[in-house]
Amino acid sequence: MTYTLQGSTGTWEIVCGLEVHAQVISRSKLFSGAATDFGSEPNSQVSLVDAAFPGMLPVLNEECVAQAVRTGLGLNAQINLNSRFDRKNYFYADLPSGYQISQFEQPIVGRGEVEVELPDGSARRIGITRLHLEQDAGKSLHDQDPSRSFIDLNRCGVALMEIVSEPDIRSPEEAGAYLRKLRTVLRYLGTCDGNMDEGSMRADVNVSVRHAGEPFRTRCEVKNVNSIRFVMLAIEAEARRQVEIWEAGQEVHQETRLFDPARNETRSMRSKEDAHDYRYFPDPDLLPLVLEQGWVARLKASLPELPDAKRARFVRDYGLTPYDAAVLVAEQSIAAFFETVASGRNARLAANWITGDFFAALNRTGRTIETSPVTAETLGALLDLMADGTINGRIAKEVFEAMVDTGAAPADIVQQRGLRQVTDTGAIDDAVNAVLAANPDKLAEYRSGKDKLFGFFVGQVMKAMAGRGNPALVNEALRARLSV
Amino acid sequence: MSLDPATVRRIAKLARIGVAEGDVARLQGELNGILGWIEQLSEVNVDGVEPLTGGAQIALRLRADAVTDGHIADAVLSNAPDRVGDFYTVPKVVE
Repeated sequence: MTYTLQGSTGTWEIVCGLEVHAQVISRSKLFSGAATDFGSEPNSQVSLVDAAFPGMLPVLNEECVAQAVRTGLGLNAQINLNSRFDRKNYFYADLPSGYQISQFEQPIVGRGEVEVELPDGSARRIGITRLHLEQDAGKSLHDQDPSRSFIDLNRCGVALMEIVSEPDIRSPEEAGAYLRKLRTVLRYLGTCDGNMDEGSMRADVNVSVRHAGEPFRTRCEVKNVNSIRFVMLAIEAEARRQVEIWEAGQEVHQETRLFDPARNETRSMRSKEDAHDYRYFPDPDLLPLVLEQGWVARLKASLPELPDAKRARFVRDYGLTPYDAAVLVAEQSIAAFFETVASGRNARLAANWITGDFFAALNRTGRTIETSPVTAETLGALLDLMADGTINGRIAKEVFEAMVDTGAAPADIVQQRGLRQVTDTGAIDDAVNAVLAANPDKLAEYRSGKDKLFGFFVGQVMKAMAGRGNPALVNEALRARLSV
Repeated sequence: MSLDPATVRRIAKLARIGVAEGDVARLQGELNGILGWIEQLSEVNVDGVEPLTGGAQIALRLRADAVTDGHIADAVLSNAPDRVGDFYTVPKVVE
């Protein structure tokens, strides 16, 4: 599936790479003992290190290092046993030291790769260039006062992982699939909550366009895009802008831009003219970071089963399609729910119920898998009632809706509402006779060769039995009666 | 390596230091003097010497992930020139 933009001079393809900033899950900050909780009182989670008071020295948080290594392992990447911290110098009011401690020349994690699944069922590998640790900046509030910006340093110094992809992405859909996959991996690892609303995952988007087979053209960077949908829209808007410039015979200039979702366009950030002159140099307050191979190996041994491995196991052990398996492993809680339902039951049927009726009910009622009134145990019990013939598939849908409304166990609902399947052949024969007697014209048409009316009779019999007839027995009884 | 006047002006701008036009030539001379002095290091033959990150072979010390600091907003804001509540404020900076 090739994504292209049609211009007046020909077809253009998109070249895109993403820089994702993922906030590390840790109790305290990267270089200080202040807390990292979101939404606390302003400047309450700030140490004198974070506020860059003179003489304060950074001390590296071991857990943040472990989280970066776990993430690197989860991205099938090279772990660099020797890495180093550098100062990235720039001035902004929410960066009190005037520099961000980051890793420039020697990042903690090198090359890796992520496999992403596309909606059409195909898969692509997106290369990871590197992952490095760095500090987050504080937060500026511009809407509190007409002439002043308010500064809260609670976020200042919280650990971030910057995950840089290769320019391997060729469409907005691939970018969305890459971000979703990355978020899934981070959540499985427990290294970042992936919550884009709270800013714990943000993306900078590098975009250029070219005719197929050409070398790369000049790229632009769209900064700080904060949802997957906006990333996809920003790529498309920026690519269109660049196609228009090239086709008008002009040049695209490398620059930093902002995406404006309200107008669905990107615009230049003039104040960032000097932003690429960060004058990096090794931070003299910090020695090189040296990891032991044994420590990395112990972290590797303690990783959970990751999404790709889980998906492969679901396909292999449960006989699911790769697509269903990919949907079910997107969140660990959904995968665990599926395994509980599927255990000892028809796994494909379990997958169909979960990805169909169950997800639809969650969407409709605004619930999550954690707050759902239907649990894995009760959904499993519903499948058992179908398997042992207590209810038919049609009634199961009705029972399921009652489970969504009431949270009751399916056996109780069947009992209270009298939904038990009718397998009494006498009762079914009575219903068949009544339906045929009530529709003499249809019966005559059927007899004269209109075979399709068989379905009509099945429907009428089921209706007469309030949906509770055993479908196989109803079919059998009708066939016997009509063949006479 | 030697700096031209334009580079001196650019460095001053990046460092947010106001430099009067009349001072550029003097600063250019001083900076070039410093760079020339540092450049003596290139005279040392380092063939076959592994890159070195420090004089002592000490590994970076790491700390446990525990909350041991914070809740000192008054101390943090003690030098704030224009404090509002528990915020610093600065002249409006917005795109």
